[in-house]
Parts: sequence; C-alpha cells; structure tokens
Amino acid sequence: MGCNGSTLAKIHNLDELILETGFSSSHICRLYDRFHALDKDDKGSLNRSDFQNISELAVNPLGDRIINAFFPDGMDLIDFNSFVRILARFRPVDQNPKKEPNAPEPINSRVNKLKFAFQLYDQDKDGKISKNELLQVLRMMLGVQVTEEQLESITDRTIQEADLDGDNAISFKEFKKSLDKVDIEHKMSIRFLR
Amino acid sequence: MFFFLFSFDSLICILLGISFTVWFTLLLVFIIVPAIFGVSLGIRKLYMKTLLKIFKWATLRIERGAKEKNHLLYKPYTNGIIAKEPMSLEEEIREIRRSVSSKDLSSPEFEMSDIFYFCRKGVESIMDDEVTKRFSPEELESWNLLTRSNYNFQHISLRLTVLWGLGLLIRYCFLLPLRVTLAFTGVGLLVVGTTMVGILPNGRFKNFLSEKVHLMCYRICVRALTAIITYHDSENKPKNGGICVANHTSPIDVIILASDGCYAMVGQVHGGLMGIIQRSMVKACPHIWFERSEVKDRNLVAKRLSDHVEDKTKLPILIFPEGTCINNTSVMMFKKGSFEIGTTMYPVAIKYDPRFGDAFWNSSKFGMVSYLLRMMSSWAIVCSVWYLPPVTREEGEDAVQFANRVKSAIARQGGLVDLLWDGGLKREKVKGTFKEEQQKLYSKMLVGNPEDRSRS
Repeated sequence: MGCNGSTLAKIHNLDELILETGFSSSHICRLYDRFHALDKDDKGSLNRSDFQNISELAVNPLGDRIINAFFPDGMDLIDFNSFVRILARFRPVDQNPKKEPNAPEPINSRVNKLKFAFQLYDQDKDGKISKNELLQVLRMMLGVQVTEEQLESITDRTIQEADLDGDNAISFKEFKKSLDKVDIEHKMSIRFLR
Repeated sequence: MFFFLFSFDSLICILLGISFTVWFTLLLVFIIVPAIFGVSLGIRKLYMKTLLKIFKWATLRIERGAKEKNHLLYKPYTNGIIAKEPMSLEEEIREIRRSVSSKDLSSPEFEMSDIFYFCRKGVESIMDDEVTKRFSPEELESWNLLTRSNYNFQHISLRLTVLWGLGLLIRYCFLLPLRVTLAFTGVGLLVVGTTMVGILPNGRFKNFLSEKVHLMCYRICVRALTAIITYHDSENKPKNGGICVANHTSPIDVIILASDGCYAMVGQVHGGLMGIIQRSMVKACPHIWFERSEVKDRNLVAKRLSDHVEDKTKLPILIFPEGTCINNTSVMMFKKGSFEIGTTMYPVAIKYDPRFGDAFWNSSKFGMVSYLLRMMSSWAIVCSVWYLPPVTREEGEDAVQFANRVKSAIARQGGLVDLLWDGGLKREKVKGTFKEEQQKLYSKMLVGNPEDRSRS
C-alpha cells in the first residue's frame, strides 16, 4: 500500500505506462491501490466478478456492458497495465496539446472517448450499430418501465435521424457526426483530485 | 562455585519475587482501584498528549526527509480520489443534450448521447466507489509509528528508526503484558462477581450490586485496552424501557458503552469462554441471548425484545442496527427490525480517533484473538461518545424512514458519511433490483410517468 519506491518498482514498464496514458506517477499509484483493493483474492489480476462486486457499478443499468469493455477479445482476466490503459481514455483532455505532425492519437482524445462509447452499443464489433443492438441497449437502460412498442418507435426514430447512408444502421462515422456538438471532452472525463 | 551459583539462583528468585510484587502493587493502586471506584488519575490523558507530540514530530521528519531525497509523498484521501459531479441523473442528461441540438428540450426523446452519463458514472465507480473502502481500515494522514499504518516509511533518519524501534519495544514488552493481565483480571472478576450476585434473591439490592459489579469490570477492561473515552451529553443517557442504537466499528464498542452505563446485551449464545461469560452475566441481570436457531425467526426476536422493553425494571437494550462492523468513516444502512418495536430510541454516536490505533475489526482478515492482540499492542484506543437526545417514531413515518432519520442524526454528530448502502455488502453482492431505481429515473425522462401515459 502507498506510493513509495517499492510500490512503483512493482509496476511493470512504469515509464512506458506514464508516457502512453499521460497519468502522473502518483495517479498510477492510486490506481494501483484501487486495483488491489478490488482484487480481493490477491490474484494479481481482475476478473468480471471483481467488477461486479462494486455495488455502484452493479446498479448501473449499463454495468455489464461497461465491464465487458474491460475484457476485450474474450479474455477473462485483466492485468494492471491494461486496466490503467482503459481508464486512461477518461483522462481530461490536455488543454494545450503539443501537436506534432506524426504523433499518434493521444489515448484520451475525443475520438477515443467516442470509440469507447460506441463499443458499448456495438456488441458484435462489426463497426455498425444495428437496430437490434440499439434496442438491446435501450432495454438495458429502461428495464421494464417501457413497452416494446415504445422501444421500437424510439429506436426507429433514432436510426432515421442518424443514419446518413441509408443502410439502416449507424456506423462510427455517423455516430461521430450526430454527436458533433456534444461536449464529450467534459462529459466523458474523470479528473483526479490532485 | 556451587555455593556461588546456588545463592545466585536464590538471589534471582528473590529479585523476581520483589519485582512481581512491586508490579502488582503498582497495577492495583494505579489502575484497578481507581477502576473500581470510577475515578481517573489522568495518567492516560497525559500519555495521549505525549504521544501526539511524538507523532507530529515523526510526520514532519518524514516530510522533510522525503523532500530532501526528492521522493513522492503519498497522501491518502478518505473522501475519494476523483472529482465527482453532484448532479442528478436528470440534470446531467439535460446538460448533455443541451449542446446537441436546439430542439425543444421538454419533448422527451432519446438521444445517443444519453449513454455518456451512464458510461461515465460506471467508470467513476470503477475508479472509486463509496462502499468498497468502508470495509478496510481508514488511512491516516500522519504516521503513528505503527508499521501497520505506514505508507512512506523508508529509512529516512536514524532518530526516526530508533524511535520506531523503541515504540515497538514499549508496546510489545511493557504495554501488552500489562494489558493482558488487566484483561484477565477484568473478565475473571466479571464472571466471579456476577455469579455471586446471582445468588441473591431478585430485588433492588441485587440490581444495585449487579450494576456495581458490571461497571467495575468494564472499567477494568477499558483500562486493559488503554481506552481514553470522552462522553458528551450524558444527560441523554439511555433509560430503562428504551433501546440504545449506535454505529458499529468493533466489539470494543460494547465495552466502551457499558463502562458508562448498564445495558441489556443482545446476542447469540456462544460456546467456550464467551458462553461462560454470557451465562454468568445473565445470572446477575437479564440479558437477551438467542439460540442460533431462534435468530432466523424475526417474529420471535421482535417479541422477546418488546417484552423486555415493556418491563420498566429491566435495563435498556443495546443494539447495533448496521449488523456488521464498518470502518468508522461512515454509517451504513440500519436494519429496521429494532425500529419496529415502537419504544423510545436513544441514538449514540461513537467516533474513534485512528491516530492511536485503528479499532476497526475486519472479520474476514482477522479472527477475534488476533484482533484483540492488535488492539492491545496499539498505542491506545481514543474515542468520543455522543449521547443524542431520545427519539420516537412520528405519525406516518414507517420503520425504514425512522431508521434513516436516526442514522442521519448519528452520522451528523459523529462526522461520518451517511450512506444508504447495506453493510451486508461486505460479504454479498448487491441485489439486482436496485438497478430498477436508475431505470425508473431515466424512463421518466423519456416517456413520462406511467399515469401520464395511460391518460394520453
């Protein structure tokens, strides 16, 4: 526990991680403590059950989808470095980025935040949100509070508005365009207290 | 040669005998006799002040050392590591939508951007949630020379290390044996005393003696833990026929409250040493012990409790409605059982000062014996007890609302966070039905209330 030299030494590739994610070493320390607080069996990695133990996440209607975002490619365990990389997407956007011409997209850019949200909708990862996938997400967010017909009508209208190329599904480009004016930098960012 | 050794041996025996006697006399005079009469010599307060000065010095020394070596100092935050927006679901989603389009905001429609709210809330809870951290000891902002609460200790200065070593010596070689002796004395006297009082016929004299015996033994136990307790608002102390409710941090809570007043305890019948103590206690005055099988039957429990409170000669009942130990930074859901009985409730707030020793019992990590050993090898247990004014259930208030009201009062007084989450989440997962709350809130935004729908 804590952030002394021995803790930092336990983290693999710390410098790489700092560079890639943009977190400071004290932020990574706190995430390290958090990772181990969640890892009750001291496995060194987290499984889905560890996430489901978080009460506030379990009552979130999209809780399961968000947990899935941490386990890409059908893996069942996530290690600390991957944990930090995924959380890095929610780092607040740098105010004055040094824009080098060939620099890779920062991990917390607007596009990457949008991609995170997109994958919550796009379960089969085919790059499009089909009507069925949209229905599923709506059902999760609304539970049994609305009828099937209401869901259908909401879904149809949403696809109608966002779908520009007429394939009855929303691609990532269309998704991005429909959210053009939304303040994503603010709404999809989580700030550390110092 | 032989002669020499022989007399050396007996010399040692004599010396041991003398030191033992001196030891016991000191113990008796300075600790046990004041305990019997309820008098305090002020030794513990002096001890506490000295310790605080040392801790302050130690923390400053660490900070200075860290600055010199250019290390990062880890400052733990009990109140969370990320900034959270205190807006409700509705407010936030409206704000997101505002930037999307200039459409009429009052028309309830789904927007693709609504998902951002749930997404961010979900990831926020992964980084830091209110519940998980309540079941591990509170983190300290300064160091109290105990290895167990230490985050920054590297060899910074010789003086600090020596101090730490000295502290270790004092705690384990002097304080621990002293406290264990006292604990045995206290418990032994309790068993013997209550059994003797139990021989007397029921009546005022018996109650009087039983009170004296109980108080005396609990006071000895308090000194066995070097507990320095400050009681506030003693005019609100629980009276006969009422129920005393308090927040729960450890089994020591019982000793702390019972050394200032007499209560009827509630609990499960145990075997072994606990069982002996329970059986002898009940001889002197009526406590409520349940068999394991009876605990499941809620009606039976409620009946026995209400029978007890109706008899005004019986002592007030002591109950911890959280049902489990929480780490003293928050108060979690109060179970409504005891609030249904319909008598006066006397809320009590207990707040421990974690600088001298963390009293939280993490029952999944430590058994009772190792927990007590940890307690007895800390510096001291310092806490404040507030007796809050008695409350009764109001008209139109159901048991759950009443319980929440009492809980908020206790949380406010003790400076603890008031949470609605169930303490049972320490061991179990949250029920899926709670998801419905969020779904209801969100669907209200989209499709209005069910009543509106049926009308249109």
